Amino acid sequence: MAAAALLRRIPAARAPPTVFVAARSISDSTAALTIETSVPFTSHLVDPPSRDVTTTPAELVTFFRDMSLMRRMEIAADSLYKAKLIRGFCHLYDGQEAVAVGMEAAITRSDSIITAYRDHCIYLARGGDLVSAFSELMGREAGCSRGKGGSMHFYKKDANFYGGHGIVGAQVPLGCGLAFAQKYKKEDTATFALYGDGAANQGQLFEALNISALWKLPAILVCENNHYGMGTAEWRAAKSPAYYKRGDYVPGLKVDGMDVLAVKQACKFAKDHAVANGPIVLEMDTYRYHGHSMSDPGSTYRTRDEISGVRQERDPIERVRKLLLTRDLATAAELKDMEKEIRKQVDDAIAKAKESSMPDTSELFTNVYKKGFGVESFGPDRKELRASLP
Amino acid sequence: MAYIDESGRAETMLGQVLRRLRPAAAAEVARGYSAAAKEMTVRDALNSALDEEMSADPSVFLMGEEVGEYQGAYKISKGLLDKYGPDRVLDTPITEAGFTGIGVGAAYHGLRPIIEFMTFNFSMQAIDHIINSAAKSNYMSAGQISVPIVFRGPNGAAAGVGAQHSQCYAAWYAHVPGLKVLTPYSSEDTRGLLKAAIRDPDPVIFLENELLYGESFPVSAEVLDSSFCLPIGKAKIEREGKDVTITAFSKMVGYALQAAEILSKEGISAEVINLRSIRPLDRAAINASVRKTNRLVTVEEGFPQHGIGAEICMSVVEESFEYLDAPVERIAGADVPMPYAANLERMAVPQVDDIVRAAKRACYRAVPMAAAA
Repeated sequence: MAAAALLRRIPAARAPPTVFVAARSISDSTAALTIETSVPFTSHLVDPPSRDVTTTPAELVTFFRDMSLMRRMEIAADSLYKAKLIRGFCHLYDGQEAVAVGMEAAITRSDSIITAYRDHCIYLARGGDLVSAFSELMGREAGCSRGKGGSMHFYKKDANFYGGHGIVGAQVPLGCGLAFAQKYKKEDTATFALYGDGAANQGQLFEALNISALWKLPAILVCENNHYGMGTAEWRAAKSPAYYKRGDYVPGLKVDGMDVLAVKQACKFAKDHAVANGPIVLEMDTYRYHGHSMSDPGSTYRTRDEISGVRQERDPIERVRKLLLTRDLATAAELKDMEKEIRKQVDDAIAKAKESSMPDTSELFTNVYKKGFGVESFGPDRKELRASLP
Repeated sequence: MAYIDESGRAETMLGQVLRRLRPAAAAEVARGYSAAAKEMTVRDALNSALDEEMSADPSVFLMGEEVGEYQGAYKISKGLLDKYGPDRVLDTPITEAGFTGIGVGAAYHGLRPIIEFMTFNFSMQAIDHIINSAAKSNYMSAGQISVPIVFRGPNGAAAGVGAQHSQCYAAWYAHVPGLKVLTPYSSEDTRGLLKAAIRDPDPVIFLENELLYGESFPVSAEVLDSSFCLPIGKAKIEREGKDVTITAFSKMVGYALQAAEILSKEGISAEVINLRSIRPLDRAAINASVRKTNRLVTVEEGFPQHGIGAEICMSVVEESFEYLDAPVERIAGADVPMPYAANLERMAVPQVDDIVRAAKRACYRAVPMAAAA
């Protein structure tokens, strides 16, 4: 019988359930489950962690939910951008959700995360809410940066999420600085500084990594290698696209970034390593379905076959869906219902965000300084518009 | 207001007291060499300010090239490594972009870094972090991420160091909202402003001058106290006058005071303003002075185009136009990269006679331009 054959592949810890589908609800069990990652880890100057990842059914369901929420948010942002409700730059993360979610599962909110401009989903992973995210994208005062930052400048200081940076590569030395402070304050926490394959060639990254290695800072440099730096494929930009080895004297690990469990395992391993020994590089082999930003169709430098191929073979959400279904932790219908509920959540959040007003005009002059001493600041016509900075 | 003696130096408090009680003793003190009055070099002012602030707040640390074991490229941080240890006085590799970014990141997470640039010429390698990572963060995050960091080091011309090592960055940094830019002249300025900078919750650019490091200035007991602090954004009237206002900052304050002395012998009473703060600029003090004197000479060491004097002139045109009896005069460094040969270098940097000449021009220009044509 096919069902029995399927059930035999489940680890011995779980007895096969009797067949009655309708009354059972989606699993919230916290019983330990061990699942193998898609591929083994490749390592540089360090022994890689095991391929066997410990998780629970509840955690897998959470992974599915969180990644689906992120996916929906990014797709909705695409529509809002085309409707001209989001202006300027908008860099979408759909396809890369497993990195954000897997990382979060391995660490605590006392650890720090810093990334570049593809930051919406990291914000969500750190506890940010949809209304604040959409409001910020639309430049409203309910936004997480009160409309002053925009898509590239989401922050959540109380969850140790430090943005949200527009200058490629700058976030890496900043992240090493966060790690410096963590060590200085003896926190036993670590910083994950995310950057792309494009940023991986930045000089300041190597400067910061050198200092981090010398001073043994708890810095984890996470290269989200989606294989394209804007329109430039990795082989055209990097003489050595083995980003996990680019740390040279710094150990590295190459991870299937579309496998949320592999990401979780690697991040846990990296955090322990960094707190004890200093910096480590993680290369997440991932993919973005959208172009670099909303101004880039993403299909002039990649084939549609490549994009749909990844979607079919490696989509992070589909991988977890398969896990949940084959291990009987949820039914297809339950997952579909969850996705419907998520869609509604996102739609509701957008509606709420649309209701939020634009920032008050006085906000032009707020937060220039933390302490302004009443100094004067000016608008374009200073005889018409000037303010005293608090 | 401070009493200014013949040498152009501000009188100490002790001197003021003595002047009232014992005029003879006051004259001695006024020369600034009396055993009773304390003098301090700018170098010691910097060192003591760093020491006191590091002692008062464990989150303050110093990072830069040669600040530790070498005792500082210019010996500014002498003794600090021994006193505070290698966790708080950090020698960096020669990688400004990297260590400046690290400093800013540390400030994001609640520390109070002091980043030393061996000279501000090297800050250009790190300028993205100063401006995009530090200056703008509080605004972009709507107040979530504040950056209590100080970037300090020598700025402007030294002596014979050539084009790549002589630029003044006051105008560049003062251009940017979100930064504060301070330019001490005397030891009192240096102590008060550096302490204020370290305590300030925003990114501060602290522009020192290598040629001032060895100069001594009188310091009162108040200045020597560890709680001494000067307000940011307030200029100081170094010398009161009524005929022409001369604004200057850093080393040029000394030149302006010398010029004022020469001018006074020719019957021109010059008011010398030590700007102390380029951003925020004390427009109120500048305008108040110009409204009194009706004439203005701006002095700066840096390149003239789009410089500090241009901003000061515009401020006065905007707020005190009717008070001007003559066009604003501007003295600045020559509009060329700094040459090496001593005679050319001398021509490239403002000298006291340049300031005197400009002040005289401002004073004899009583006739409107149209009438002169």
